[in-house]
Amino acid sequence: MEKRVTFNERWLPYFLVAPQIVITLVFFFWPSGQAIFQSVITEDAFGGNTKFVWFDNFVHLFSDPGYFDSVRLTVAFSAMVASLGLAISLLLAVMADRVIRGATFYKMILVWPYAVAPAVAGVLWGFLFNPSVGVVAWMLSAIGIEFNYVVNGNQALILVVIAAVWNQVSYNFLFFLAGLQSIPKSLIEAAAIDGAGPGRRFWDIAFPLLSPTGFFLLVVNIIYAFFDTFGVVSALTSGGPGQSTNILVYKVYNDGFRGQDLGGSSAQSVILMAIVILLTFVQFRFIERRVHY
Amino acid sequence: MSRILLSSVAAVAMLASAQSASAQTEIQWWHAMGGNLGETVNALADQFNKSQKEYKVAAVYKGSYTETLTAAIAAFRAKQAPHIVQVFEVGTANMMAAKGAVYPVYQVMADAKEPFDPKAFIGPVYGYYSTTDGKLLSMPFNSSTPVFYWNKEMFQKAGLDPNTPPKTWKDVGEAAAKIVASGGKCGFTSQWQTWALIENYGAWHNLPFATKANGFGGTDIELKFNDEPRIKLIQMLADWGKDKRFVYGGREGKSTALMTSGECAMHIASSGSASAIEAGLGKEKVGIAMMPYSPEVKAEPQNSIIGGATLWVLQGRPAAEYKGVAKFLTFLSSAEVQAQWHQQTGYVPITLAAAKLTEDAGFYKKFPGRDIAVKQLTLHEATENSKGLRIGNFVQIRDVVDEELENVWSGKKDAKAALDDAVKRGNELLRKFETANK
Repeated sequence: MEKRVTFNERWLPYFLVAPQIVITLVFFFWPSGQAIFQSVITEDAFGGNTKFVWFDNFVHLFSDPGYFDSVRLTVAFSAMVASLGLAISLLLAVMADRVIRGATFYKMILVWPYAVAPAVAGVLWGFLFNPSVGVVAWMLSAIGIEFNYVVNGNQALILVVIAAVWNQVSYNFLFFLAGLQSIPKSLIEAAAIDGAGPGRRFWDIAFPLLSPTGFFLLVVNIIYAFFDTFGVVSALTSGGPGQSTNILVYKVYNDGFRGQDLGGSSAQSVILMAIVILLTFVQFRFIERRVHY
Repeated sequence: MSRILLSSVAAVAMLASAQSASAQTEIQWWHAMGGNLGETVNALADQFNKSQKEYKVAAVYKGSYTETLTAAIAAFRAKQAPHIVQVFEVGTANMMAAKGAVYPVYQVMADAKEPFDPKAFIGPVYGYYSTTDGKLLSMPFNSSTPVFYWNKEMFQKAGLDPNTPPKTWKDVGEAAAKIVASGGKCGFTSQWQTWALIENYGAWHNLPFATKANGFGGTDIELKFNDEPRIKLIQMLADWGKDKRFVYGGREGKSTALMTSGECAMHIASSGSASAIEAGLGKEKVGIAMMPYSPEVKAEPQNSIIGGATLWVLQGRPAAEYKGVAKFLTFLSSAEVQAQWHQQTGYVPITLAAAKLTEDAGFYKKFPGRDIAVKQLTLHEATENSKGLRIGNFVQIRDVVDEELENVWSGKKDAKAALDDAVKRGNELLRKFETANK
């Protein structure tokens, strides 16, 4: 028989979920509603001269080739951040899982970067690669690579990806490590007795069993790349040089807060919101089916 | 028991004293001056507060210019606006468009019956922030203009006369070549590239940045800076970039690090950076001169325009409080205060009297070159091309120009294509501003 928790009190369940509902309404639905409202009006920065303009803000966006450049860039950027972030952290988690002596120390070191705010991570990496005083840039120039992210757009993008990945690896690492440690030892041992080598054991047993964790992290990482990398971009490149690191979320900030164009900026956030809803939906609807729980 | 009694007596006493303090009218002044500048600003507020009893100015640091503006806008929308907010010069057109939010300074002064003489101000400083018929909208506070800095030690090493700065862009090129040949890492770099190389190059050679007197005549304007001289200048710098005669050091003030670390020998930067550059290199190594010009474009330079920020008065406070605002603005623009501010920070004094006071005190003898900024601004009577810029959505337009210039420095575009694209993209932003403010 199915075990069910039942409430006798009619209002108690509502009361218990109320705090969460209130938080969701106040911090998610209300701002989203505001963004949708702002996206169909224009006004001056101080809130005067408000006009309802239907979808003018969106029309402006879609007639701007720069916007589509930013969309393409964001897709490429997110793919790089998510794939690199997951691959590196999986590798680290597998390594850390095998370490016996000093395991806690390694884990602590690997988790550290997560405590660093994205903006600080940006400044840190910017300093290392600074074309005139950066240690790494200096070493690169010693082996003949001229690294100048202030002028070179591709290098700037690489640097932003590195900083963003570095910041997220710890989070992924923790989940992968937990996932690896929850795989029953008996399975691995049985495979070992059957003569499977470490590589085979990983790909045929550990990897499939990690897929729920991997899937969850994929969703989280893509959302991270879309939204939370703002601080890294802001501190490192401000979207430049040219528009080579002007990803969508930075453009929203730049147009809204630097340019005081609230209508255009809100239109962009509405689109961004739609993209993420769609992505999450697709991921759960289609990819989740291939995941073993 | 007696302890409780004692502490409650103390509490009551404190309450009473707090009340008597709040009998003073408080004036909120939100600004974006951090570090040393912030301390100077606090000192100014203190000085005003000690000079009279009726009003108390509270200077509040709100972060960068953008953050300060955003905070003031949010506060205004919540009906908690500060009396005075410091806004950078590129925000001028957007502030003007915000009718009902700003209280023009000339009106504040007139309503408070505070004496106010527009003629006391330095022309281009006043002109940038006034209407076409000469009414002042916001009070100039920290104004600067780009000037030319050079590293005397590197000049000496390259076999150049350390005391003769290059006068023309051609001279700059020749000097840069010698610097690089003598082992220097970089010849020339510029701060705030759009402000220095596009906007000020235009004013300096009497070329328009936009139609209708650079936007002073209306919002239906078009950008004009993709002209022959500026295409040539940018292309020349891009060519110099190939052998380090020119090095791009990043947006805003980031390139100054190249100057203070001794990599670049020449630098165009804000006059407000003087003390930072002198502190970095050592005062004796730094020379300050007027910006170079192109004699083939104009036989003699016109005058430069300013950057920096002004103080805007916001609406929405009780009428009586604006009397205090007017008094404070008068205090800030007085010759003594301005002279003190100018000498401590390197910003341009906003009145002629303050400049004279500084000269009479022998300041320019002790700090040679600090008078260059005022000299540049007042070199000739300002024309409609050199009075200032009144461009809507200017923050975004500057970003666009920065981006397109970066495309030139990285070799993605040539100067003509980049400036044409910058004008095209900028015009779209102007159209957007025009429709939004009809």
